[in-house]
Amino acid sequence: MAIYKLHINGKEQEADVAPDTPLLWVLRDHLGLVGTKFGCGIAQCGACTVHFDGVAVRSCMLPVSSVGSSKITTIEGLSENGDHPLQVAWNEVDVPQCGYCQAGQIMTAAALLKQNPNPTYEQIDGTMHGNICRCGAYHRIREAIKLASTKI
Amino acid sequence: MSTNNKNNRREFLKMSALTGGGLLLGFSWFGADAKAPAVVDKAGVAGTGAFNSYLSISTDGTITILSPNPELGQNIMTSFPMIVAEELDADWTKVKVIQAPLDTKNFDRQVTGGSGAVPHSWKLLRNAGATARHMLIQAAAQRWNVLPEECTANNGFVLHSKSSRKLSFGDLAEEASKIPAPTEIKLKDRKDFKLIGKEIKNVANKDIVTGKGLFGLDFYREGMLFAVLQRPPAFGTKIKSVDADAAKALPGIVDVVTFKNNVAVVGKSTWEVMKARKVLKIDYEKDGNIESSSDHDQLFKSLLETGTATVRRKDGDTEAAFKNADKTIKSEYQCPFLSHSPMEPMNFFAHVRADGVELVGPTQTPASAREATSKLLGIPEDKITLNITRLGGGFGRRLKTDYVTEAAELSNLIKAPVKVIWSREDDMTGGSYRPAVRYRFEAALDTSGNMIGYKLRGVGINSGNCTREDNFPSGAVDNLLIDTVEHVSPITTGAWRAPITNFLAFAEQAFLDEVAHAAGKDPVQFRLELLQKAKKAPVGEIKYDIDRMEGVIKLAVEKSGWGSKKGISQGFSVYFSHRSYVAQVCEVAMKSGKPVVKKIYAAADCGQVVNLSGARQQVRGGIVDGLGHAMFGKLSFKDGATEQKNFDTYRLIRMKEIPEIEPYFVDNGIDPTGLGEPALPPTGGAVANAIFAATGKRVKNQPFMEEPVFKSSNKAINKTKHSKLPTSSLEREKRS
Repeated sequence: MAIYKLHINGKEQEADVAPDTPLLWVLRDHLGLVGTKFGCGIAQCGACTVHFDGVAVRSCMLPVSSVGSSKITTIEGLSENGDHPLQVAWNEVDVPQCGYCQAGQIMTAAALLKQNPNPTYEQIDGTMHGNICRCGAYHRIREAIKLASTKI
Repeated sequence: MSTNNKNNRREFLKMSALTGGGLLLGFSWFGADAKAPAVVDKAGVAGTGAFNSYLSISTDGTITILSPNPELGQNIMTSFPMIVAEELDADWTKVKVIQAPLDTKNFDRQVTGGSGAVPHSWKLLRNAGATARHMLIQAAAQRWNVLPEECTANNGFVLHSKSSRKLSFGDLAEEASKIPAPTEIKLKDRKDFKLIGKEIKNVANKDIVTGKGLFGLDFYREGMLFAVLQRPPAFGTKIKSVDADAAKALPGIVDVVTFKNNVAVVGKSTWEVMKARKVLKIDYEKDGNIESSSDHDQLFKSLLETGTATVRRKDGDTEAAFKNADKTIKSEYQCPFLSHSPMEPMNFFAHVRADGVELVGPTQTPASAREATSKLLGIPEDKITLNITRLGGGFGRRLKTDYVTEAAELSNLIKAPVKVIWSREDDMTGGSYRPAVRYRFEAALDTSGNMIGYKLRGVGINSGNCTREDNFPSGAVDNLLIDTVEHVSPITTGAWRAPITNFLAFAEQAFLDEVAHAAGKDPVQFRLELLQKAKKAPVGEIKYDIDRMEGVIKLAVEKSGWGSKKGISQGFSVYFSHRSYVAQVCEVAMKSGKPVVKKIYAAADCGQVVNLSGARQQVRGGIVDGLGHAMFGKLSFKDGATEQKNFDTYRLIRMKEIPEIEPYFVDNGIDPTGLGEPALPPTGGAVANAIFAATGKRVKNQPFMEEPVFKSSNKAINKTKHSKLPTSSLEREKRS
C-alpha cells in the first residue's frame, strides 16, 4: 500500500492503495467518483474512459502508480454544471438508453473535440469505434457529437 | 396505514402529512379491476409504510410520479409518467419521477420483460391522470362558484374562460384532495394528445451525462464489503478442493468462503478481491456432461433426423402434401449460444441482519429475486426489502435471480453487508445464455407456386419449445407440422431479448425468401398472398392479426421503395412478436467483393406510440442489436467452458458497423402493444435476404461473418435481383 496524491478534476485527492490498483477502482471505491464505469477490465469497451492530461485513456488498465502528477478529468469534472457542449447535445439529441456506457462515450468524444473541434462523420466513427454501446444508441451518439462540434 | 374504501376502489390510502400539504392520488396498478384513484386528505409521500402507488401534487405544483418498473434503457421512467401527465394536463416540466422500490402490495407486474409494461399499464395510468384532472377541475369550480363543465385543464392550470380566470394545480391541490373521486372518468380523445406520441426527452438524461451513481454497481455503503466469486470454469464440473491460504494472506482480504460451487473472496475493495481470487488454488471434478460446440453440431444433425419430437402444431396432412407437391424446398439454419453482455456486469448488494434482509441492485424481476431469497434463507418475504437501481442493460440476463441470491447467501454466511461484483469474464463464462438452436424447414409448392405444405423442426440446447407454432405462416398453409426436440445440457440458458424469436424469425424469414424465389414470386407478394389465404380460408387457430401484419408490410414497401430501386439489393422480412408487428427492408451493397449492410427501413406497429423519441430508439437499438448478433455474435464451448471470455474475442457491434436506419410507425389508434423487443427479430432475415439479393448466396448460419460469403472474395458471385428473378435461375431451382 502507498499513498498517492492525484490531481483529479482540478483538486488534489489522496488514496492509500496498492500500486497496481487501476485508476478506475481508485476513483470508484476510494474517491466516490462512480461516474466512471467498469465494463470489461481489459480496455475493450471504453466505459471507463477518463482524460489523462487531456487525452482519453481507459482507466481500467491504468495502474495508479503510473498516474504521477498528470491531470485526470472524469465525467464529474468535465464541466462545472453539466453544461459541456457534449452534455448539452447528449440531452438535445436524447442519446441515453440504459445510460451505463454514456460517461465513457462522452469522455472519448470530449477528447476528440479538443483535438479536432470539427470532425467529419468518418473521424467520429473512427474515434468512437472503441466504445461499445450495448443498447445500440450509436446513431444518436454520432449526431450528438456532430451537434456539439457546431457549438465549440 | 391503509384502510379500505368499499365504494369505488380497491384500496384507500390514508397518508400522514406531507410537508406543504397537497393532493395525493393513490392508484392501484393492479390491472383488471383497477378503479379510480383515491384522494387522500393532507396526503404525503414521506414516512409512510404501506402506501399504494401514487401520483402526488404538492402545493408548489410539483407532480411526483412513482415509477414501479425497473428501468434498463427501455425508457419506462419517461413513458409511464407521460401517460399520467397527458390525462392530467400537467405541465411536463413540473413532473418528477422516482423509481419505486419493490412493493408487491401496491404494484402489479413490477417486471421489465416481454415488452409488456406499457401495454399492461396504459389504461391504468390514463385513469390515474384523468381522475386527478377531474378533481382539480371540481375544486376550481367550487372556488369560483361556477359549473365544472365550464372549466378546462391545460398545462398545469384549471381555466374558466368565461371569466378569464385560472388557478394552478398547486393552488388547487389541497382542495382537490377533499373532492370525492369520480366513479366514471372520461379519457381524452387521442386527437387531443399533447404529450403522447411526441418526442419527450429521457427524464434521466442530466443524471446520466453528469455521471451520477444511478446503477447497482454504483451503490456503496459505509462498512460494506466487496466480493467476487470463483465459479466452476466449465459446465459439468464441481469443486473438489479449495486452498485459499495464499488469497487470505493478501492485503484487504477479510475472508474466503466456499458455498455451493462458489468460492467467494471477500475484502475491502474491488481490486483487492479481484487480485486475491487469482491466487486461489481450486481443484474441480466432473459432475455431469462436459460438452463442446462441436458435439452440439453433430448432435443437432442427428436429433433433426432421429430425435423424439414433441408436436407443437399439426394442420392437415403434410405427408400427402409433400408427396403430391410440384416442388419441395428443404433448408437448415443454425444459431450459436449468445451472451447477454449488458454493459453493467452482474452485481448485487445484500445485507442479511437478524431482523431482516436488505437487497439493493439492478434486477428485471425484483419480486422473483425476493421470493428466491426468502426461500433460500427461510426468511419471510415481508422481512426483505429490495431497492431497484437503474439497470445498465438487461437483455433478459437480469430476469434470473442467481446473482441476487448468491449475494444474500454470502451476506448470511459472513454476517456483513456485501456487494458481489461479477467481472466481465465472470459474466461471459458464468452462464445463462441464449441457447444454441438448429432448425430444419421444408416447404411443398403446387404447380402455381402456392405453399401447400410446411414443416419445421427445431432442436436446441435447453430451449424447450424453440418455435412459435402459432405465428405466421401457421394458419396460411393447409398442411403444416411444427415439432421440436430438446437436448438437456448442464450449460445454463435463459431468456435473451425477444426469446426464441431473436433467432427463429431470421431462419423463418430467410426460408420464406427461399420458398418465394423457388415459387417464382416476389418475396413480399408471396407473403401477402399467404396472408390473404389466412384471411379468407384460415387453417386452424390464428393468433396474429392479419391486418396489422399487412399494414407494416405495406408501410415498409412504401418507405423503402421495395423492388423499384436500380442497382440496390434489398431483402425483406416481417415478424410478429410480443403483440407488435415489424417489417424491415435491408439494403446491401458490395464492397471489395463482400456484402455491406447500408440501410434498414423499419415499419413498426406497436399501437399508439407513447414517446416518439424513445420509440425510435427502441427500433434503432433493436435493429442494431439484431444486426450485431446476426453478423458477429458467437459464444462457443470447448470442454464445457466458453471459448470467449471478454470483448476481445466476443465481438459486439460497434459504431463503424451500423447502417443507416429509418424507423416508421403505423398510426392506427390501437392501444400500445409493446416495443422493447419486436424490432429485433426481423433484422437477421432482412439482412440475410439482402445478402442473397446482392450475392446469390444464402447465409444460413449465425454469425454471418463466418459464412463463406464474408470469408472469401466474392467477385465471381453472380448478382441477382430480389424481386424478379430471371427465368433461367428459377429453372435451375426447380426440381421437378
